[in-house]
Amino acid sequence: MSAFHYAACGALFLLGLHGLLFRPNLLRKLMALNVLQASVVLFYILLAAKRGASPPVLSGPGPVEAAAFINPLPHALMLTAIVVSAATTGVGLALLIRIHRLFGTLQEPEIREKTGLS
Amino acid sequence: MRLRFGSAILDTGARVLIPFILIFGLYVLFHGHDSPGGGFQAGVILATAWILLRLVRGNDPGWGPEARGALVMAISGVAIYAGTGFGALAFGGAFLDYAAFPLPLPPAGTRAAATFVVESGVGLAVAGVMLIIYEALIAPES
Amino acid sequence: MNALPVLIVATPLAAALVPPLLALASVRAAKAWSLAAQALCLALSIAALRAVLAGGPLRHALGGWPAPWGIECVLDAFSAALAVLVAGLAVLTTVYAWDWEDRRGPVREGAFQSLFLLLLAGLLGMLAAGDLFNLYVFLEIASLSSYALVAAGPGREAPLAAFRYLILGGAGATFWVLGLGYLYALTGTLNMADLSSRWPAISASPAAAAGLGLMVAGLALKMPVFPLHGWQPGAYAASPPQLMPFIASAGSKVMAYAIFRLLAGTLGSEGQAGRVLEALAPVGLLSVAAGSMLALTQTDVRRMLAYSSVAQLGLLFVGFSLGGRWAVIGVFWHMLAHAVLKSCLFMAAGSVARRRGSCEIDDFAGLGRTAPLTAFCFASAGLALIGLPPAAGFFGKWYLLRGALDAGAWVSLSVVAASGLMTALYVFRLLERMYLAPPPESKRVEPMGPWGAAPMLALAVAAILLGVFNQPLIAAFIEPARLAATGGRG
Repeated sequence: MSAFHYAACGALFLLGLHGLLFRPNLLRKLMALNVLQASVVLFYILLAAKRGASPPVLSGPGPVEAAAFINPLPHALMLTAIVVSAATTGVGLALLIRIHRLFGTLQEPEIREKTGLS
Repeated sequence: MRLRFGSAILDTGARVLIPFILIFGLYVLFHGHDSPGGGFQAGVILATAWILLRLVRGNDPGWGPEARGALVMAISGVAIYAGTGFGALAFGGAFLDYAAFPLPLPPAGTRAAATFVVESGVGLAVAGVMLIIYEALIAPES
Repeated sequence: MNALPVLIVATPLAAALVPPLLALASVRAAKAWSLAAQALCLALSIAALRAVLAGGPLRHALGGWPAPWGIECVLDAFSAALAVLVAGLAVLTTVYAWDWEDRRGPVREGAFQSLFLLLLAGLLGMLAAGDLFNLYVFLEIASLSSYALVAAGPGREAPLAAFRYLILGGAGATFWVLGLGYLYALTGTLNMADLSSRWPAISASPAAAAGLGLMVAGLALKMPVFPLHGWQPGAYAASPPQLMPFIASAGSKVMAYAIFRLLAGTLGSEGQAGRVLEALAPVGLLSVAAGSMLALTQTDVRRMLAYSSVAQLGLLFVGFSLGGRWAVIGVFWHMLAHAVLKSCLFMAAGSVARRRGSCEIDDFAGLGRTAPLTAFCFASAGLALIGLPPAAGFFGKWYLLRGALDAGAWVSLSVVAASGLMTALYVFRLLERMYLAPPPESKRVEPMGPWGAAPMLALAVAAILLGVFNQPLIAAFIEPARLAATGGRG
């Protein structure tokens, strides 16, 4: 894959990192974490991608031409990473619901003001 | 009359859709070992059927499993998976060595059969966990 | 093929399924189940350590697929010794939490026990993982359970602290996966043993340096060291007091293990791995200085101890980068000593928090008279943390100093020496309160039950005994662990 694809992937990573660090809204922070994780998923998929190759599903007996298939391992890894990401999002959303019930807002500066937490 | 949940259209729509969703979920489960699909995807599809029910019917007890049922589903799903692993150890193989089970099948067949058991466990666990997540997110203030 | 490496992980993982259902019938039974599973885990870890010391590393190929194509679980002297430590701390913490009542009902208590077992499974899985991607999976199992456990804390700030932990922890894990992608693209393998043999061919590549840097930064964030510690004091202070001893002591050691295993064990400190190791020194030194300073400014004792951990974990980085025989022995000893001491300190702080509802320095006033046992345990672990001989904390710093002297690293030498002094400043402030200040009139003091007192006392005594018997312990466990971790190099 071309440098353009990797650059787009890197841009997505930086976008996620920026949102995660500097957004005052907690829900946006969680979304930024999702963007960050998605950029890494994309990175692995780019590593596996090959022009003109097909998904590694065998359709019958016969010799296997490995070069005709894309690398399935990064896909398997990313399936796991997506599950982890989904679980993290689930826990994060549950926490946000509790935070919203406790403080009535998801803006971090406001919560800080209300609780005096640093 | 305005209902908080359900109406003739929603109920009928759900009645039509849900059997197909369930069948499709099972199809994906059964085809997991030789085509794209598998327990994970099947579990999510099966869970969507129940979540659709919840969206249409709310907390109506006659429809779909309760939160505790979902917990039991998730736990038994993981137990099936872990049990397969320990079972393979008990039969003298490595952990999760599907070929170790003494089934009257060729090795590849044994592996496929045990894979299907594991995938069913995964499907149950994923469906259960999806329901638990959904229940946790809509749970009223405690 | 030995099944122990996979059993120590699969046991708590499978046992975690039962407490949610068992707690509906009886909360006591769920706790007893959890304790039994942890004790079994400890027994399996001890058996694994004995087997490893007698006959070398244990390997188990999951599903019968041989590595590097399959996934393998490996235990060597380093990881098996840490597994014993982690499982032992889990058992002690559960005993400590035994008569701690949760007001929020059986569903919560069941989930709580389940999460604790999952945390244990995740940490043991990280130790047993034979490939770097599984290490990530277990890292996330451990992290997700700790987010939920922190959120279960008693205060209003608990969900917020847990959320911060989740966001930064999630970012840390993502860094690890991204860095791993670089290594995978360069070598085409994830298995540590396989990677070890392929590393020399690419050890000079800048891409490898970028990948390693990202991976180490991710774990350093989870450990944490300065300046990546933002989530940690809040999360420690907000977590349930009965679990703080485990959360605050076990996880960071396993993260440090993973960093050292990757850089020194797998990659043999060669090429870019060596340069990343060297770069850990300034981070560690900064962490020691900043952690100690910040600890001094705290009024909440749990936060003070949390910052003190940042400082003590910095010492691990200093030792890693020094390399050399004595520095590595010092680091491993320090991992052991710090885990024992910090869990003892957090047990004492937790019992004060339970009694008084808060854990400010003023709550410790007169503790020497009102709760002599808690005060004794805190004092003995605190003095050991400063590094007064012959307690456990002394020898970690002693061997580190020796390693720094061997390497001629004068800056590291002086910072390690000064770290004890800085620790003394914040520990003595509390000792003065406990033994010299009069106890507050208004607050009632309940004596601690035997369940809470026994593990705390055991750890406090261990803090002294470990130091006294340091040489046989080093010969029996630390030296084999060092040889296993560095592959006989160095």
